[in-house]
Amino acid sequence: MIQKIGNWGNYPVMDCDVEEYSPSVIHSNVPQIPRGMGRSYGDASLGAKVVSMLRLNCMLDFNPETGVLWAESGVTLSEILEVFVPRGFFLPVTPGTRFVSLGGAVAADVHGKNHHKEGSFCDHVEYIDLQVEDGRILRCSRIENAEWFDLTRGGMGLTGIILRVALRLKKIETSWIKQINIKVRNFEELCSLFEAHQGSTYSVAWVDCLAKGKKAGRGIFMIGEHASLSEIRQEGITQPFTSLKKKGLSIPFFLPEIILNNFTIRVFNFLYYHKQLKRKRVFLTPYEPYFYPLDSIFHWNRVYGKRGFVQYQFVLPFEGGAEAMQDILETIARRGFASFLTVLKTFGPQEGLLAFPMEGYTLALDFPVSPELFPFLTELDQKVQQAGGRIYLAKDARMSPEVFASTYGEKLSTFQKILARLLPGKSFQSALSQRLQLIQS
Amino acid sequence: MTTIKSEPQSVLILGAGSDIAFACAGLWAKEGKHILLAGRNTSELDRRAADLKVRYQASVSVHLFDARKFDSHETFYQSLPYRPDIVLCAFGYLGDQAKACHDFEEALNIMESNYTGAVSILNIVAADMIQRKSGGIIGISSVAGERGRMSNYHYGSAKAGFTAYLSGLRNRLAHEGLRVMTVKPGFVRTRMTEGLPLPAPLTATAEKAGKDIVQAWKKKKDVLYTLWMWKWVMWIIRNIPEFVFKKLKL
Repeated sequence: MIQKIGNWGNYPVMDCDVEEYSPSVIHSNVPQIPRGMGRSYGDASLGAKVVSMLRLNCMLDFNPETGVLWAESGVTLSEILEVFVPRGFFLPVTPGTRFVSLGGAVAADVHGKNHHKEGSFCDHVEYIDLQVEDGRILRCSRIENAEWFDLTRGGMGLTGIILRVALRLKKIETSWIKQINIKVRNFEELCSLFEAHQGSTYSVAWVDCLAKGKKAGRGIFMIGEHASLSEIRQEGITQPFTSLKKKGLSIPFFLPEIILNNFTIRVFNFLYYHKQLKRKRVFLTPYEPYFYPLDSIFHWNRVYGKRGFVQYQFVLPFEGGAEAMQDILETIARRGFASFLTVLKTFGPQEGLLAFPMEGYTLALDFPVSPELFPFLTELDQKVQQAGGRIYLAKDARMSPEVFASTYGEKLSTFQKILARLLPGKSFQSALSQRLQLIQS
Repeated sequence: MTTIKSEPQSVLILGAGSDIAFACAGLWAKEGKHILLAGRNTSELDRRAADLKVRYQASVSVHLFDARKFDSHETFYQSLPYRPDIVLCAFGYLGDQAKACHDFEEALNIMESNYTGAVSILNIVAADMIQRKSGGIIGISSVAGERGRMSNYHYGSAKAGFTAYLSGLRNRLAHEGLRVMTVKPGFVRTRMTEGLPLPAPLTATAEKAGKDIVQAWKKKKDVLYTLWMWKWVMWIIRNIPEFVFKKLKL
């Protein structure tokens, strides 16, 4: 059935022939792209033909000794939390929303606040079942069909249909997070805090993207650790495991574009920054607001209005990265492109041919779509490119093939070469792969 | 008979491959009931059984059952590991109306899958429950059984038969202190309705229908419409005079 669909950014929106997965779907004569929850931001899971994996939603096996869960790719991270947090297990890596599918998390090799210490999602995946273009189902791991595994982790769904995933969950004593918030006055201070807290499991910073001059890069640095039983008891908490809230606020329709503007964002940033009076605050929090602050507002993407928004996340290597980051932050503030949520964190090293993370700083911004925005982002692309960085595919909706090729470099050529050899039929293509000329003819 | 263990709180789901049935299974598994999944496609049921085990640490078993193989029903029921406390009869087949008009095989398939097969197995279940003096039956019929319409009267007439059967069975079992609940789903987004353009306000998800069924059984309802507004939609449809109704394109 032809449907008009977009991903989470509501940009772009296009006509896609959406079909539910069945084993025979593989024998389609037009290129297709699997899709889970549609929580990538740009055009990664859009295309002429889209295969929805949400019907593959069974959990198949769990080993409490090893913590390995074997589940179908349409199972969401939210369902995993619901089932396993009460039993003392947590996701080894989680992105900022729990409403993503397992298959999507593998395809984008998503990262979380613990990347610098614990790597990306696929670093905790033991093996997967992948249906390839000739219809075979391959068990792929670091040992078995290793080439397929390498290509599929972070491969944006272009290698085949991910059917099942074995994910190693993390043992936790409680579902509470011991959080420390530190107010920082500028970017320099922020960098030194990231450096000083490399050992923390989770770290992230909210940045006031409109602060200029000496205040550029001011924000709140937040670190977190899973709280132990004794830590929560000291605070008088007796329930080690909190359950997920099912109901929350919902934005029922697209709000007018005017709501999020430079002024309202400036006010929000001012309040958010000054809400915390003390320089340092230490407290216990349930995991949900810590990891998924926006999930409590369903359809929060509608705040940006019908035109949608673009996420812009890039990474810069540590070497020279701090200066380049400061330059980018100042450019954004000076030009007045307000991003509602601006998040900075650091990455550790990362395996994978199409991997986005590299050792360095990463900044995520979101901008409402406007005609002036695109030339501005092209300018930022140049700065990212010059600093030796790159842009995150799961969030991209507008990068040029030239920028993509030069920033993903040699590893991209390797990816393309192996892909051409393993998938001569080019059966899997998305709007993203076509825009970026990812699959070579 | 003596080989069958009697355990409290077990549910037999006939046609467990249906999305509504599986949604009910999940809710009952969460409550700690034993779940017996029965249907034709056992590899599909194995997958669903695994899911119930992982999610709810439930005790689940899978049994081969074919509604149209009437001769096998007695043996099927006798070989179950538990005598079920609740039997959910959820199998059904929408079929192809146009095909059924000229291909009697298709018409027969619709009738047997929705009516005859249900009578065959539920007679066996009812006899056992009367003997045990315990147990209850839930049958998933359809609003389509309330008035024959040109678009699906083979399916509708079979469901009409099933609805009447359930109402009679309820009457009979009431004298034994046992319950029968008739479920009349309206539009539900399931595999049976895949590709059909359904009006969103009148269309439930399988999860919603499942929740309604499990709750209605607890509240001891006799007849459940899901979504609730179907009760009133069908009241109107039933009360359109025939000379008008026959001219409508429904």
